[in-house]
Amino acid sequence: MVGKAEPVNGSVKSGSNQSIPATMQSPLKKSDLIPNLSLKTLKLKTKQQELLIRVSILCLVYVLAFITRLFSVLRYESMIHEFDPYFNYRTTLFLTEKGFYEFWNWFDSESWYPLGRIIGGTLYPGLMVTAAIIYWLLRFLRFAIHIREVCVLTAPFFASNTTLVAYFFGKEVWDSGAGLVAAALIAICPGYISRSVAGSYDNEGVAIFALLLTFYLFVKAVNTGSLAWALASAFAYFYMVSAWGGYVFIINLIPLYVLVLLITGRYSMRLYVAYNSMYVLGMLLAMQIRFVGFQHVQSGEHMAAMGVFFLLQVFFFLDWVKHLLSDTKLFQAFLRITVTTAIGVGAIALGVGMASGYISPWTGRFYSLLDPTYAKDHIPIIASVSEHQPTAWSSFMFDFHILLFLFPAGLYFCFKRLSDATIFIVMYGLTSMYFAGVMVRLILVATPAVCLISAIAVSATIKNLTLVARAKSKVTQTGSVRGSSSSKGSSKASLDQSQPFQRNGAIALLLGAFYLLSKYATHCTWVTSEAYSSPSIVLAARGAHGNRVIFDDYREAYFWLRKNTPPDAKVMSWWDYGYQITAMGNRTVIVDNNTWNNTHIATVGRAMSSYEDEAYEIMRSLDVDYVLVVFGGVTGYSSDDINKFLWMVRIGGGVFPVIKEPDYLVNGEYRVDKGAAPKMLNCLMYKLSYYRFGELTTEYGKPPGYDRARGVEIGNKDIKLEYLEEAFTTSNWIVRIYKVKPPNNRWERTMFHIYLGTVLRYHFQAMFHS
Amino acid sequence: MARSTSKDAQALLHSFRSAYAATPTNLKIIDLYVGFAVFTALIQIAYIAIVGSFPFNAFLSGLLSCIGTAVLAVCLRIQVNRENKEFKDLPPERAFADFVLCNLVLHLVIMNFLG
Repeated sequence: MVGKAEPVNGSVKSGSNQSIPATMQSPLKKSDLIPNLSLKTLKLKTKQQELLIRVSILCLVYVLAFITRLFSVLRYESMIHEFDPYFNYRTTLFLTEKGFYEFWNWFDSESWYPLGRIIGGTLYPGLMVTAAIIYWLLRFLRFAIHIREVCVLTAPFFASNTTLVAYFFGKEVWDSGAGLVAAALIAICPGYISRSVAGSYDNEGVAIFALLLTFYLFVKAVNTGSLAWALASAFAYFYMVSAWGGYVFIINLIPLYVLVLLITGRYSMRLYVAYNSMYVLGMLLAMQIRFVGFQHVQSGEHMAAMGVFFLLQVFFFLDWVKHLLSDTKLFQAFLRITVTTAIGVGAIALGVGMASGYISPWTGRFYSLLDPTYAKDHIPIIASVSEHQPTAWSSFMFDFHILLFLFPAGLYFCFKRLSDATIFIVMYGLTSMYFAGVMVRLILVATPAVCLISAIAVSATIKNLTLVARAKSKVTQTGSVRGSSSSKGSSKASLDQSQPFQRNGAIALLLGAFYLLSKYATHCTWVTSEAYSSPSIVLAARGAHGNRVIFDDYREAYFWLRKNTPPDAKVMSWWDYGYQITAMGNRTVIVDNNTWNNTHIATVGRAMSSYEDEAYEIMRSLDVDYVLVVFGGVTGYSSDDINKFLWMVRIGGGVFPVIKEPDYLVNGEYRVDKGAAPKMLNCLMYKLSYYRFGELTTEYGKPPGYDRARGVEIGNKDIKLEYLEEAFTTSNWIVRIYKVKPPNNRWERTMFHIYLGTVLRYHFQAMFHS
Repeated sequence: MARSTSKDAQALLHSFRSAYAATPTNLKIIDLYVGFAVFTALIQIAYIAIVGSFPFNAFLSGLLSCIGTAVLAVCLRIQVNRENKEFKDLPPERAFADFVLCNLVLHLVIMNFLG
């Protein structure tokens, strides 16, 4: 602190070079230089210390970000979580076994029977390629590791890398202190942890890293105006495109940012260099991903970027001409001509593109982002996914905790010190916060921005407070040193009078800030351990004595499928379980989580919500051998098929009007007990879920057939299956598998009719003769 | 009206030409390069308007090659122009190295995309 008070030399970086001659010269010079010299060496040391502290904090944060995501591995085991990661795991396995070209050309006949799926052309390969490269690298270094371990640990590893990027981003936008705080905040922020715990092997785990990296490099490019940074940003964008469909956010946010800078008169040459080179190179690189293909020039979602690209060219050209022509009147005339032509040509191009269908209109997902109620009315398949629901306030609080109110404070600081970089981070924060409010899963995209902006608030506040808290000691010191100069001393003394109160207040506020931050840390750890570290494929519950009960029914069922069914058996289930069945059960499924064909899913929904004989016809036409349903009535597991059933009805009814939602409701109410709708009590899903459930007593003191997930006694206890037979039910009844019976043998049937005919004829003849 | 517009345009062109004459030679060379790239892009656009854009990736790579080259050259021009105060710290050698690097990436990707 003493070193800071004394302005020793202006340039900090060259301090080490200057200090050595200073030490050499010092004995020769006057003695009053000696305190100055000691200050200088002290300052040097504090600089080094600061660097050391900064690096060690970053290392600790790096490690922390990794280990805080390992709860699930410790609690359960090293396994893949949820639904989509199983598909990613399966494709990664394929990639490491068969190589890249096979992977790129892979036609998968095990899913979407009988259609199949061209995997190579319909996925974002970034995640799989990343995991495979890590795997190959480790194998090359002679670490004998299974690909599953690599997949499980990919997301935590990239979360660690994200903290580094956050540090550099914060440093670029504000200062290194804010960068450090941002790294620490994002390392444990629940909004990010929710998608990056060990085993959550999903695109987002890698994509958030790529997103932040792209933004950081772009801001760096804007700040420096260097082509090299813009190129790096284009590569980061390419990685992002290869990893996640969320890249659309980048390709819309960056043009928006450029537009805002143009409107607010902050246009600069640096911006021109950064945006144009990044856009051209990034677009070209992105086209190399087959799933994205020509979308950058054809789809409406990407047109904003192109429009801004042309706008910048016009702007630059005008700027240049204005620079050349000193005569303003001439320039006015020129401006009028150019602007009219530019707007005219742009409008004509856009109109022709739209009219000829060359530029595709916006997709449903995009509409549902702009208008939150769109999906509910038009696309049930988007609305049915729980992570596409609008966000509740509680989940904002849950995922952000104190960041939620530090965010506006950070915005205040950003507006106070406006620069190109802070404008970017403000725009990123505001837009992503809006999207986070529209869809639960997009909290993830907002998290880095919220962390960065909050970090600015925390860093700036703490810095100001410590300055105030230190000011007194500094003032008293300088006062004692320079006490001889009377006029200055008196003014300092008067300052001193007002200081103590301020200082105590500052210390109290600092303590408060540390209390809040420690609360944040404990909250984050608690959330991670309690809410986000369950694999959802193995369920855990508390037993009657407080012990932990594990339900491993899913894997039991998939293992049964793998071992006991013919290899070419086709399994019908609701689409949620498709990926898991193909990955773990190794059997062909009718529909899976890649919901590209709505009609096919609707057919399955129709089969599930029809009477058994109608469903049998549909299942025969789809070649179904087994039907798999998930049932939570015994264990009280609430996200089972009966609770999802209304979505099957809605999606089925959206394509086949035979299925009507009111048939399954009683007075608009969904129930499964005695008062349920007759169609509900006899549809296939109900029958398969509750088959022989009426014989089972699930809870002490309740009648048999008591459904614990919904807390009612079921309405149809006497279920007879005619066309299906029970094949396997797991130990806790969570997964039930039924075999579709082959049709009755026609020959036997005819023989029976002939036999019956003869008997009857004999009887009639006997009657007539008597 | 029409006469005055044409007179305006003539005056405009004239003053433009005289102002442009003061540009340093190295910038003029870059301008020529940019003009050539834009001209090639226009030829390609005329071609697809007449013949059609059937191998779309080939067309796109051809067009983007021209546009990319032009944009990168404009960036280079901005960076080496001494009048731009923003780029005082950037030595022209560094700017040219960046330019070459970006062009290298651009054309490697285009070769991949050409099909």
